[in-house]
Amino acid sequence: MSNSLLEIKDLYVNAEEKEILKGINLKINKGEIHVIMGPNGSGKTTTANAIFSNPVYTKLKGKILFENEDITESRTDEIARKGIFMSFQLPEEIPGVSVTNFLKYAKNKVTGQPVKIFEFKKELQKYMEELSMNPNNMERSLNVGFSGGEKKKNEILQMLVLNPKLAILDETDSGLDVDAIRTVSKGIEMFKNENNAVLIITHNTKILRSLKVDYVHILVDGKIVKTGSGELAKEIEENGYAKYKN
Amino acid sequence: MAKTQVEEINRNIYDIRNKDNYDYKIKKGLTKEIIEEISKQKNDPDWMRDFRLKALEVYNSLELPTWGPDLSELDMNEIATYVRPKGKMASSWDDVPEDIKGTFDKLGIPEAEKESLAGVGAQYDSEVVYHSMKEDLIKQGVIYTDMETAVREYPEMVKEHFMKCVPVNDHKFVALHGAVWSGGSFVYVPKGVKVDIPLQSYFRLNSPESGQFEHTLIIVDEGASLHFIEGCSAPKYNKVNLHAGCVELFVKDGAYLRYSTIENWSKNMLNLNTKKALVGKNAQVDWVSGSFGSKISMLYPMSILNGENAKTEFTGISFAGKGQNLDNGFKVVHNAPNTSSVVNAKSISKNGGKCTYRSLVRITKNAPKSKSSVSCESLMLDDISVSDTIPTNDIETDEVEFSHEAKIGKISDKTIFYLMSRGMSEEDAKAMIVRGFAYPISKELPVEYAVEMNNLINLELEGAIG
Repeated sequence: MSNSLLEIKDLYVNAEEKEILKGINLKINKGEIHVIMGPNGSGKTTTANAIFSNPVYTKLKGKILFENEDITESRTDEIARKGIFMSFQLPEEIPGVSVTNFLKYAKNKVTGQPVKIFEFKKELQKYMEELSMNPNNMERSLNVGFSGGEKKKNEILQMLVLNPKLAILDETDSGLDVDAIRTVSKGIEMFKNENNAVLIITHNTKILRSLKVDYVHILVDGKIVKTGSGELAKEIEENGYAKYKN
Repeated sequence: MAKTQVEEINRNIYDIRNKDNYDYKIKKGLTKEIIEEISKQKNDPDWMRDFRLKALEVYNSLELPTWGPDLSELDMNEIATYVRPKGKMASSWDDVPEDIKGTFDKLGIPEAEKESLAGVGAQYDSEVVYHSMKEDLIKQGVIYTDMETAVREYPEMVKEHFMKCVPVNDHKFVALHGAVWSGGSFVYVPKGVKVDIPLQSYFRLNSPESGQFEHTLIIVDEGASLHFIEGCSAPKYNKVNLHAGCVELFVKDGAYLRYSTIENWSKNMLNLNTKKALVGKNAQVDWVSGSFGSKISMLYPMSILNGENAKTEFTGISFAGKGQNLDNGFKVVHNAPNTSSVVNAKSISKNGGKCTYRSLVRITKNAPKSKSSVSCESLMLDDISVSDTIPTNDIETDEVEFSHEAKIGKISDKTIFYLMSRGMSEEDAKAMIVRGFAYPISKELPVEYAVEMNNLINLELEGAIG
């Protein structure tokens, strides 16, 4: 049985006319936590969006496999239903749709199963407590009037409820205070088990301190220039990216 | 493929096209002889016959509106203005002819009556086929009946109010209504009586190349309260049908009336409906309005705040798809001190549909310390749809608080991507955004109508894709 979840092979991606990714290779197995770090503009967010077939980005070359199945040309919703989740840097606001209704609908779509409302609400409540979220937010419109921290916690809540095989967290820690970062880390720990995997995209190492990171990849100018263990994040924290830039 | 089937099943509920199995259908056209014949068929008292004939004269003297949607395709020579269904008005559904009862069954009316309504009226083409109200309301002196019965049994009350709120010369289609009106509901709530459970009238137009001209007259006496619900629908035909109803609401001092409507006409319907409320001292009228379907709609409910501290709220939504031109809005006249109005109007247009919000806010010299706040928001689902806002504000006194806010928006690709990343298809994502947009309106509707509205939204959006 294969342990492989995600495999990116020699991926080239453009955003409009601009070349962003110039040959990325990445393999993520079940049970692993991967981190992509890199300076601004290096292609971190593009990587996440390309995996998810965001139509703003064009894949020129290369392949993306998920559980050994080619998803390079798959639609965003198909990818989500295969079990990939992405936490957004700037989550969208949906007026008139409550957090509860949104998540219930999303869970139904992702799993293809009817959602039992009573159990679902209990589960939701439990996760919200763990993430120190205001329970009143459940009935508020999704992300409307939420603070930056509340929006990010809401993304983690969605990850827990939708329970994907692979969670990609795109700059989930950016702009958060120490307590909120701790809560996000806690959410990741709650989520993580030996059958799933997490890909954290960040330029900040705080979020990594309490997590057992397996691999750190340094992304510079659209290429992974170094892959190492969790120790590599510490080195970046101390010395920055200077030595990896040309 | 499955989706298309679902759509057809749902659409069928509204598109049940019964055989045109009338008892009597007047010949097409609009002449003095035709009006006299309608009057004879309806056993009008003399005053009503004379009223109709005068209204016809007014109709002939007035021009079509020079603004708004083009109505030139309406040819009154092609419209039968009176179609009497088989059967007499019944107070038991068992006595309603089978095919007609079947239609109302499928529309869920008898079921809603059992579960959540205090009284129901059901009109089929030109006449009311069913009317019933709970016993305890009858005991409290509440009157809820069809308009014809009211003309016969409560002539003084009818004469005092009938087309006094909406005068027959208001515009050409009001005059037409005055000449050919038939059916509708009459409600009287006596002083101080609170009707806690809603009354509902449902108007169904079945006959092709015909018109429906129901008259709704509601009097909520001093200190009384009422929630009235009106539903309308029709199956689709190839030729034009016409709806020119008239709603007159008298909300006396200290009274409260909530008037909720879902109009779900087929897309061959010209909906030229007129609704107006006269609001007394410390009284309030709230309008909740959903406008779906119809080829052309010109619908501008109006509140005239004649008494001190009178209030009105309007909450409305229009949804225009391909080939539809919905010119809707709200009018309010503040005519006494310290009156207030709140307007929350939304519109959705897709597939080249056109939604116009046309409004009037008039604050007269008699209305110092009045407040009016208008917010209208439109959502366009593609680049070929049209949305417009045409407000007229006529403020004649300085001592007022007035605000008008208009927003026109589109669904952003980013939002769709976000929702698709949560497993929703593009259609699911759009439907969710639209339902959310409409939620401030749908939450004001009675629950079964809110469900119906969400179904209609899904249906409209599926139509866009199929």
